[in-house]
Amino acid sequence: MSLPAACMDHEMSVVKSAPPHPDPLIEIKDVHFAYDERPILRGLTLNVRKGEVLAVMGGSGSGKTTLLGLIGGRILPNKGKILVDGQNVPKLDRAALYALRTRFGMLFQFGALFTDLSVYDNVAFPYREQTNLPESVIRDLVLLKLQAVGLRGAAGLMPSQLSGGMARRVALARAVALDPMLMLYDEPFTGLDPISTGIVGRLIRRLNDAFGLTSLVVTHDLDASLKIADRVIVLAEGQVYRDLTPDEVGTTSDAFVRQFADGLPDGPVPFHYPAPPLLDQLLGKTVAGPNGGVTP
Amino acid sequence: MKKSKFDLAVGLFVAAGILALVFLALKVGNLTGLETSEGYRVEARFDNIGGLKVRAPVKSAGVVVGRVDSITLDGQSYEAKAILRIDQNYKFSKDTIASILTSGLLGEQYVSLEAGGDSVYLGQGDRISKTQPAMILEKLISQFLFSKASETTGTSK
Amino acid sequence: MNSVIEMIEGLGRSVLNTLARLGLAGRFFVAILMVIGVPLRRFSLLVRELYFSGVRSLLIIVVSGTFVGMVLAIQGYEVLQRFGSAETLGVLVALSLVRELGPVVTALLFAGRAGSAVTAEIGLMQATDQIAAMDMMAVNPIARIISPRFLASVVSMPLLACMFSAAGVFGAYLVGVKLIGIDDGSFWSQMQAGVDFRLDIVNGLIKSFVFGVAVGLIAVFEGYYAPPTAEGVSSATTRTVVTSSLAVLMLDFVLTVWMFRGLNG
Repeated sequence: MSLPAACMDHEMSVVKSAPPHPDPLIEIKDVHFAYDERPILRGLTLNVRKGEVLAVMGGSGSGKTTLLGLIGGRILPNKGKILVDGQNVPKLDRAALYALRTRFGMLFQFGALFTDLSVYDNVAFPYREQTNLPESVIRDLVLLKLQAVGLRGAAGLMPSQLSGGMARRVALARAVALDPMLMLYDEPFTGLDPISTGIVGRLIRRLNDAFGLTSLVVTHDLDASLKIADRVIVLAEGQVYRDLTPDEVGTTSDAFVRQFADGLPDGPVPFHYPAPPLLDQLLGKTVAGPNGGVTP
Repeated sequence: MKKSKFDLAVGLFVAAGILALVFLALKVGNLTGLETSEGYRVEARFDNIGGLKVRAPVKSAGVVVGRVDSITLDGQSYEAKAILRIDQNYKFSKDTIASILTSGLLGEQYVSLEAGGDSVYLGQGDRISKTQPAMILEKLISQFLFSKASETTGTSK
Repeated sequence: MNSVIEMIEGLGRSVLNTLARLGLAGRFFVAILMVIGVPLRRFSLLVRELYFSGVRSLLIIVVSGTFVGMVLAIQGYEVLQRFGSAETLGVLVALSLVRELGPVVTALLFAGRAGSAVTAEIGLMQATDQIAAMDMMAVNPIARIISPRFLASVVSMPLLACMFSAAGVFGAYLVGVKLIGIDDGSFWSQMQAGVDFRLDIVNGLIKSFVFGVAVGLIAVFEGYYAPPTAEGVSSATTRTVVTSSLAVLMLDFVLTVWMFRGLNG
C-alpha cells in the first residue's frame, strides 16, 4: 500500500496518468428507475472502465445521485442490470452486498462525518468495524491517511470545528481507509472556496492514480471536473445524452452541452417556467396554468 | 474493551435504581419471609365469612401467622370453606378456635386463631372444627332491635 | 355534497396511512430485535446510551417524584382525615405511586426528555447522511445506532420508575410525618401491610418495562423515518412526545385492567 502523501507536498499540477484499462469495472445495462411514478432513469446504459475518473453531469433531477445510489445498492432499479466487478448489485443479499461495499468508498455531499466522533475516530471507524487490527496499527494507518489529505494536525478536532473543505477532506480520508477499488463522489465541490475546490480535485485525481482506483464523480462544477476527468458523461431524459472527453466538451456544438458548459441562461433548458401567453394575462383573463393551477 | 468515560455514571445510575427497588421491596412492601416460605394448609368452615378476602391475614394474639389461600362455598352444607396457609414455625392445637374479626371498626377482616389445650397439633390438611362466624352488621341490628322489643314487652307486662 | 365526500376520502386516507405506518413500525421493531445482541455484546455502546437517556433523566425524575409524593400526601391527608383514617396515608401514597404514578409519570417525563432527544439525534444523523454513510461502509446502522438507544430505554425505564416511587414515598414521609404530624410508626407499618411485593411492585415494574419498549421504539422510529429537513426533524420530535404519551396512557389502561381487576375478588 504505497502512499501518495509525499507527492502532495511538492507537485501542484495535475498530471493524468496513462490511458485507463479497457476493461469495465462497472457495467450498467438498460436500467430503469422511477421514483413515485416519476421516471428518472429510462434505459440507462453505461460502462465505467477500471482506473478512470468519470465525471457525471446533468441538470437537477436527471438521475446523477440516483445512479450512485443504484451502484451502491441503496436503491433497486425497476429493470436492468448493474454489474460491479462482475456482481449484479440489485440481486445481492445483505451479506454479499455488505461484503461488496467494503470495497467501495463513498464521499457524501457534505462529508457526512459522525458528529459525535473526533476526526481521528472518524477515520479509524472503518478499521475498527471491519478489521481486527490492533489499535497501534490503526493509529499509524489513520495518521497516514490524514497526512495524505493534509489534515494530520487536525486529528484531535471534532467535526463541528472543521470548515466545509476540511470536513470533506477528512471524509475522503475515511472513504479510502480500506483501500477500495471504487470511489463514488457525490457533489464533492459543492459549497467550497476555489482553493478547497482545487485541493479536493487534485486529491481525487492523485488518489485515483496512486491507488489504482476507479472514480465516479457526480458534480455540477464543470471547471473542476474537466481538470481531473478522463471522460465526461452528460445525463438527460434518463439516459446518457453525451459521452465526451474533456477536450470535446470545450469544442462541441451540441446545444445542450454548450448551454451547460457556457452557463447560458436559455437554450434546450428553457429560462421561462411554462406559462400562458403574457398578453392574455395582462389583459386580465384568468387562465388555467399548464400544470393545473389557476393563475389570476 | 475500551474504557468509556460514562462507565462510572452509568454504574452509579444502575446501582441507584436497584437500591430504590430494594427500598420499595423491603420498607414499602412486605417482602418478608412469610410470602416466600411455604406453610401448611388447614381447612376451616364458617357459617358466614362476612367480608373476608383471599390473602387476608391469619393472626394469633394479633401476630400475623399466615394467609387465607382460598374461599369457596361447600355445595352440600352451604358453609363457607376457607383454606388457611399457616407458617411452618407456628403450631396450633387441634381444638384451636378460628374466628373472623375486623381490624379497627371498619377495617379489613381477618382470621384470628385462639389455641386450645389439646396436645395434638394441626397438620397439613386438617380441619379446624371450632369456628365463629363474622359479625354481620344487619344481624347485629336486628338482634338488638329484637332484644329491645322483648325487653319493653317484658317490662310492660 | 362534494366536500363531505372529500372529508370521508381524507379520513380514509389518513386511516390507511396510519395503518401503513404501524406496519412499518412493526417491521422496524423486528429488525431491531434481530440485532439486539449487538449492544449486549459491545457493551460500551449500551453504556453510552444509558448515560444519555438514563443518567441525564435522573434529576427530573427524582425531583418530580419527590414533589408528586408531597402533593399526594397533602391531598390524601385532606380527604382521609375526614373519615378519621389519616394513618392510612402511607398505604394510599405508596400504592398510588408503585402501581400507577411511578411507571406512568416516569414514562411521560422520559418521553419528553430522553425520547425527544433520541428522535432529534437520529433525525439529524439521517438528514446529514451519517446513517447512509455508515450503511455504505458496510456497518449496519440499525445494529450500531438504533438498537443501543432502544435497549437503553427499555433498561432505564424500570430503574427510573423505582426511583420515582422511592422519591415519592420519601416526599410523602416528609410532608405527612414531619410536617403534618402523622404517626411515624403507623405510616410505615400500614404501608408495609398494604403493599404486596408481587402484586403491586412487580406489576409496576412490568408496566414500566412495557412503557420502556413503547417509548424506545417510538423515539427511534420517528427519528429514523423523519424527513431529512429541519422542519421534518422538528415535527418528528414533537410526534415522538405526543405518540409516546398517548401510547403510555393507553397501555396503562390495558395493563391496569389486566393486572388489578381480580384484586377485590
